[in-house]
Amino acid sequence: MGSLKIENVKKAFGPVEVLKGIDLQVNDGEFVVFVGPSGCGKSTLLRVIAGLEDSTSGRVLIDGGDVSVTPPAKRGIAMVFQTYALYPHLTVKNNMALGLKQAGTPAAEIERRIKIASAMLSLEPYLERRPAELSGGQRQRVAIGRAVVREPKLFLFDEPLSNLDAALRVNTRLEIAQLHRRLKATMIYVTHDQVEAMTLADKIVVLNAGRIEQIGSPMELYNSPANEFVAGFIGSPKMNFIDGAKLGETAKTIGVRPEHLTVDANSGAWKGTVVHAEHLGADTNLYLDCEKAGLITVRIFGVYNAEPGSVLYATPDAAKTYRFGADGKVLR
Amino acid sequence: MSTATHSLPRTIGAHAILITYTAIALFPVILVVMNSFKSRAGIFGAPLTPPTPKTFDLIGYTTVFGQGDFFHYFQNSLVVTVASLFFVLLFGAMASFALSEYRFRGNTLMGLYLALGIMIPIRLGTVAILQLMVASGLVNTLTALILVYTAQGLPLAIFILSEFMKQVSNDLKNAGRIDGLSEYTIFFRLVLPLVRPAMATVAVFTMIPIWNDLWFPLILAPSEETKTVTLGAQLFLGQFVTNWNAILAALSLAILPVLILYVIFSRQLIRGITSGAVK
Repeated sequence: MGSLKIENVKKAFGPVEVLKGIDLQVNDGEFVVFVGPSGCGKSTLLRVIAGLEDSTSGRVLIDGGDVSVTPPAKRGIAMVFQTYALYPHLTVKNNMALGLKQAGTPAAEIERRIKIASAMLSLEPYLERRPAELSGGQRQRVAIGRAVVREPKLFLFDEPLSNLDAALRVNTRLEIAQLHRRLKATMIYVTHDQVEAMTLADKIVVLNAGRIEQIGSPMELYNSPANEFVAGFIGSPKMNFIDGAKLGETAKTIGVRPEHLTVDANSGAWKGTVVHAEHLGADTNLYLDCEKAGLITVRIFGVYNAEPGSVLYATPDAAKTYRFGADGKVLR
Repeated sequence: MSTATHSLPRTIGAHAILITYTAIALFPVILVVMNSFKSRAGIFGAPLTPPTPKTFDLIGYTTVFGQGDFFHYFQNSLVVTVASLFFVLLFGAMASFALSEYRFRGNTLMGLYLALGIMIPIRLGTVAILQLMVASGLVNTLTALILVYTAQGLPLAIFILSEFMKQVSNDLKNAGRIDGLSEYTIFFRLVLPLVRPAMATVAVFTMIPIWNDLWFPLILAPSEETKTVTLGAQLFLGQFVTNWNAILAALSLAILPVLILYVIFSRQLIRGITSGAVK
């Protein structure tokens, strides 16, 4: 069991309003990712859920019970931090056991849970080591293990992969995804990296400046973004935004994803010069300076040879073009 | 050793400067220790030469141990220093934890108020302190000295420690809170071990002025029962006749305990167990 409900949560630090009224429902067993640029309030929201920060107003309900005034240890949550936050003076085993000991769990039960968790995360050889004797990836696995043994209703992850190098990040991401499948637990994951959000989430919550911009599955957000912010934030490379007036359109802004543009050497909608080409092997990113549309990015699957300075025509896929109004909302 | 950053003349120059400085700094100490092992004639005849078989004399030490209760004075000094140090570190660390960890109204003002003592010498308040001690019946007790020295040491301790406490990872403290540790356990078990090098620095800065102080023992606790070593050494400093042998011997002996305490703390300065906690 582990459902979460947030009702109109606001948080202000002095005169600065960080969260401006958040409503959210997380169902049992869901993997929810909070994503947004830095300073959007996603970490603060996670801390409010954990009980590490008090909300200025609003309610947090875990499994239907109001926990707004419950201390973190009694909320039935476990948290994994960006900086691992392992206890430096304790061995891996004791790091995992400390929370359970504090809660008065019998020793045999602690032993059993540590055994299961360490097998799951392949930590058995390191149980007697201290954090200083482990590598970054191992430390983060210990931090995850410390969360697993608590058998919490809610797992909270605060940018757990940000301190790992690129290769390890992919591995650990995979481990977290498998963990979720195996435990079927409710997980809330905070990140600024939209790739992590897209690959892990059942449901993504896009936050910006203390407000929720949109909630939906990764594909919903990709295919039907509610507004310009979500459209720009989800997807890589970023969506092209073109001034509607320049194209003779009624909409304020026209949005086209780089992968929904095709190029041709002889004819097409927008004539442009190649500014730069990025060859990634599997695909090629072209930067075109168009007469009408300005600087746009085009993503071509496979290898495409284009010299900087040469002239190309780009054509958008009309079915996958987004039109945004003056308020940034999508026009249907 | 001929790397880009090391050149022979530069190394020699640096060492020459450092050796000169060390010699100047150590000269008075060596002079005191050297002359404490000489006879009175030896001290005045050739003060700069080490003791020779002719001038070697333990008269200073025998006087010190024979006259006056020097062992007792040492004990007093040690009790006062260690107790004051303990309270300065305990209260200083607690106050800095509160200042750096909790957001409350007047936090900055409180920090400034607590640090103000660095700029105002405590001796300006001697008369008031004496009146206070007389009124509370603490004159001629070691408690009076401990209280005064604790107050004297706290401002600098809080100033230095709160800077270090701010650097302790928030995630670590929050992990403790989620695991159900109390604020006291978080402070004593998680935060204190991580600021140990800073605590050692504060301990060294606090300890030496307390051990060497003459002013407050002279005013607040001059009785035979409560004399400290520095005050005890005054016994041999007469208006007309000064027993130099005994004074030098007492001073040489007084160096030892601080030296031992310093060695203990400096080991802590080097050791750091922060690695592996975060990052």
